[in-house]
Amino acid sequence: MRVVVQARRAARQPAWRGIGYGLLLALPILLFLVSLTLGLYGIDVSDVGRILLSPLWPNLADDIPDAAQTIVLQIRLPRVLAALLIGATLACTGTAFQGIFKNPLVDSNLLGVSSGAGFGAALMLLIKAGTLQVQLAAFAFGLLAVSLAFFGSRMYRTAPMIVLTLMGILIGSLFNSLTSLLKYVADPLDTLPAITFWLLGGLTGVTWSDIPLLALVTIAGSLFFWLIRWQFNILSLGDAEAIALGINPDRLKLMIIVVATLMSAIAVSVGGVIGWVGLVIPHAGRILVGPDHKRLIPVSLSLGAAFLLLIDNVSRTVLPSEVPLGVLTGLIGVPMLIALLRRNRTGW
Amino acid sequence: MRIEAQNISYAYRVGKPVLRDVSASVAAGEVVYLLGSNGGGKTTLLSCLAGILTPTEGHVLVDGDDIRHYAPGDRARRVGLIPQLHVPAFAYSVREIVLMGRAPHLGLFGSPRHADFEIADNALESVGLARFRDRTYTELSGGERQLVMIARGLAQQCDTLLMDEPDAHLDPHNQLRVLEIVAGLAEQGLSFVISSHTPNNALMYANRVMLIKRGRLLAFGPVGHTLTEALLSEAYDMETEVIYEELDGRRIPRAILPRRGSLR
Repeated sequence: MRVVVQARRAARQPAWRGIGYGLLLALPILLFLVSLTLGLYGIDVSDVGRILLSPLWPNLADDIPDAAQTIVLQIRLPRVLAALLIGATLACTGTAFQGIFKNPLVDSNLLGVSSGAGFGAALMLLIKAGTLQVQLAAFAFGLLAVSLAFFGSRMYRTAPMIVLTLMGILIGSLFNSLTSLLKYVADPLDTLPAITFWLLGGLTGVTWSDIPLLALVTIAGSLFFWLIRWQFNILSLGDAEAIALGINPDRLKLMIIVVATLMSAIAVSVGGVIGWVGLVIPHAGRILVGPDHKRLIPVSLSLGAAFLLLIDNVSRTVLPSEVPLGVLTGLIGVPMLIALLRRNRTGW
Repeated sequence: MRIEAQNISYAYRVGKPVLRDVSASVAAGEVVYLLGSNGGGKTTLLSCLAGILTPTEGHVLVDGDDIRHYAPGDRARRVGLIPQLHVPAFAYSVREIVLMGRAPHLGLFGSPRHADFEIADNALESVGLARFRDRTYTELSGGERQLVMIARGLAQQCDTLLMDEPDAHLDPHNQLRVLEIVAGLAEQGLSFVISSHTPNNALMYANRVMLIKRGRLLAFGPVGHTLTEALLSEAYDMETEVIYEELDGRRIPRAILPRRGSLR
């Protein structure tokens, strides 16, 4: 299947383009401050700012009630940070996979990382293990699924990328079947809802203890993608051309797959399976700044972070009880993708 | 010699070589045409010369050194490949495509800077497409895309460009448009190896011609010695006629024509 994305090219003045680009990159920071004010307990932006700075200037937030400080620092802040980090991971790994697989219709789950992670988490939830075990199992099985797909594809010498894609889909289906089996045997009053809820994704249970590792992996991985961002252009031309242009595509792609898998596995282990972000955001990015990965990678990071944070805000504020993230990303992401594809004149 | 193949063979599967004991060389400023039937090994030979495939036997020398001893970027600063026309998955602008030719000059963490933009724009200027800079590559015509690929090869600043069937899918006007640019660049010292199914273009633009048949080199030499009725008939397994033109008492080959119903 040949898929060509005809991104509409903005014919604006370079100065405006520079400002627009800057605004795009600043979007998550603005949204970050606004998000901390949202919730049942209303706190305005200036108070949020003072609370955030209070660890540095101890007396700054003395007149703000302790409850507000606790809500911002202990409940909303870790959750908002997790949304930013996971959103950035999903979008930039999606962009990376679309680039190296030369296919704008894939995301980082192409090699089965989410399917594996979902199975690992479901297994732990079935035996009623603790949160930490659930996260560890999700991470481990996410890596296992991708490793199986990768080493499975090495059995064939010809067309390794196509075989790798096929293996990823096969291994993903295998783990999805196993997860279905677990759901089938799970207790419908107890463990089944827990599994179902986890598989839909959500940031309800995020605490500060989740943040350090997630932040470390996401920031390190994003930095790597940011540094090699222009090479995605070369890789998207295909192996033969990349070699002719002096790039070693096998080694570079392997590095990208390893980094993207680590990032995705940790993101899924914290936030559950959150679909659509990795597919929709790269397309939105291409419409805004064009297909050049030099700009697309930074914009994906920023848009992905902003998008998931926005969705999570909707998830925790709009209805009295929380709507699972995976449901909302689909409900909002699918119409968005349809609209984008229409504007985009995508040709098959 | 810029680039030299020494007795190279290549087999995708053991025991089934698609290229057997081929030797050839390309000098500075020379246009070498590579003719032969489908599946005869033309693309494989170009891939070996570009360093994409490593010959199972024999050596490819670039400026006297084995191509395998070059670092990938180093090699790509000497030999460039323009593949058969295809549509990339993403709608890059013409300038972005040409800038990709700068890859061997930039490190893993590098991306094009001001000087690279200038080189890319100059390359587009040399193929006459300066005003196409901000157009979308995938929306161009075949001839224009071929010229953009040549511009990418120029931005690569290598001294040999390998072109895989640049005249395929192009109307006669656009074939000439591309090949005139090639001839002009060859006069400035750039070397070309061009695979093709259009012997008449070889007649017009080649300095030397390689005829390949089932992986073996049938002939390699100046146009007058290779584009003969006997050799062409042998290469394509059909009777082929060469039409000559008398000019100042010399016979100059003007056209190569197959004869109907003469398949062997």
